[in-house]
Amino acid sequence: MNRLVVGAHYGLKDWLAQRVTGVVMAVYTLIIFAAALGGATASREAWQAFMANGFIRYISFLFIVSLCYHAWVGIRDIWMDYLNSAALRVILHVLTLLALVGYAGWAVQIIWRL
Amino acid sequence: MPELTKQRPKYLALHEIRLPLAGFASILHRVSGAGLFLMLPLLIWLLQLSLGSTQQSAELFAAVTGNWLVKLILLGLLWAFLHHFCMGIRILLIDVHVGVEKQQAHNSAMAVMVISLALTLVFGLKLLGAY
Repeated sequence: MNRLVVGAHYGLKDWLAQRVTGVVMAVYTLIIFAAALGGATASREAWQAFMANGFIRYISFLFIVSLCYHAWVGIRDIWMDYLNSAALRVILHVLTLLALVGYAGWAVQIIWRL
Repeated sequence: MPELTKQRPKYLALHEIRLPLAGFASILHRVSGAGLFLMLPLLIWLLQLSLGSTQQSAELFAAVTGNWLVKLILLGLLWAFLHHFCMGIRILLIDVHVGVEKQQAHNSAMAVMVISLALTLVFGLKLLGAY
C-alpha cells in the first residue's frame, strides 16, 4: 500500500492535550491578572516576592510545561499543513521540539531559583 | 461519477479565497499562535530580567522595555495573546456544542475580534504608560 507519511497517532491525544494545556494557561492568566490588580506588579520587589511564593512557583511551572506542549502541537500542525516535503517536515519538527525543550528549561530555572 | 475525475491534490489560490468571518478569526488564531511562539525567547528573557536580583538586570529591563520597537512588538504580542485567549475559549465552547449554529458561530467570531481588540486597547494604553 502506498502510504503518506503524515505522523503517528491521528490526533485524539493531541486534541485533548491542546484543550487541557489551554485551560491550564487560561486559568493561570486569570490568576496573574487578579494578582496584578491586587498589586503584585506594583513594584519590582512586590513582583519578585509574588513569583517566589511556593504555590505561584508550582502553577508557574505547570504554565511553562503547558505552554511548551501547547506550542509543540500547534507549531507541528502548521508544519504538517503547509509543508509537502516529509524531509523538511521532519527537520522543522525536530528544530521546533529542541527549541521548546530548551525554552522550558530556561523558563523553569528562572522561576525555580527564586 | 465526475467528482472522482477531479484533479487531486488540490492547491488553492490563497489570494482568491474569500473567508467568512469565522474563518478569518480562525486563521488569526494560527497567526497569533505562531507569532507568540517566535517571540518566546524575548518574553522569557524579559521574565528573567524582571526577576533578576541584580541592579544590572533591573536597569536592562527598564532599558529594553523602554525601547519603542520592543514596545511595538509587545503591543503586537498583547493582541496575539488576547486573540488567542478569546478564540481558545470560543473553541472550547464549540467543543461542548455551545454556539455551533452558523449564525451563532458568526456572532461569536465577531465577539472574539471585537473583545480582543478592545482589551488590546485597554492593556495597550497601560503598556505604553498612558495611565
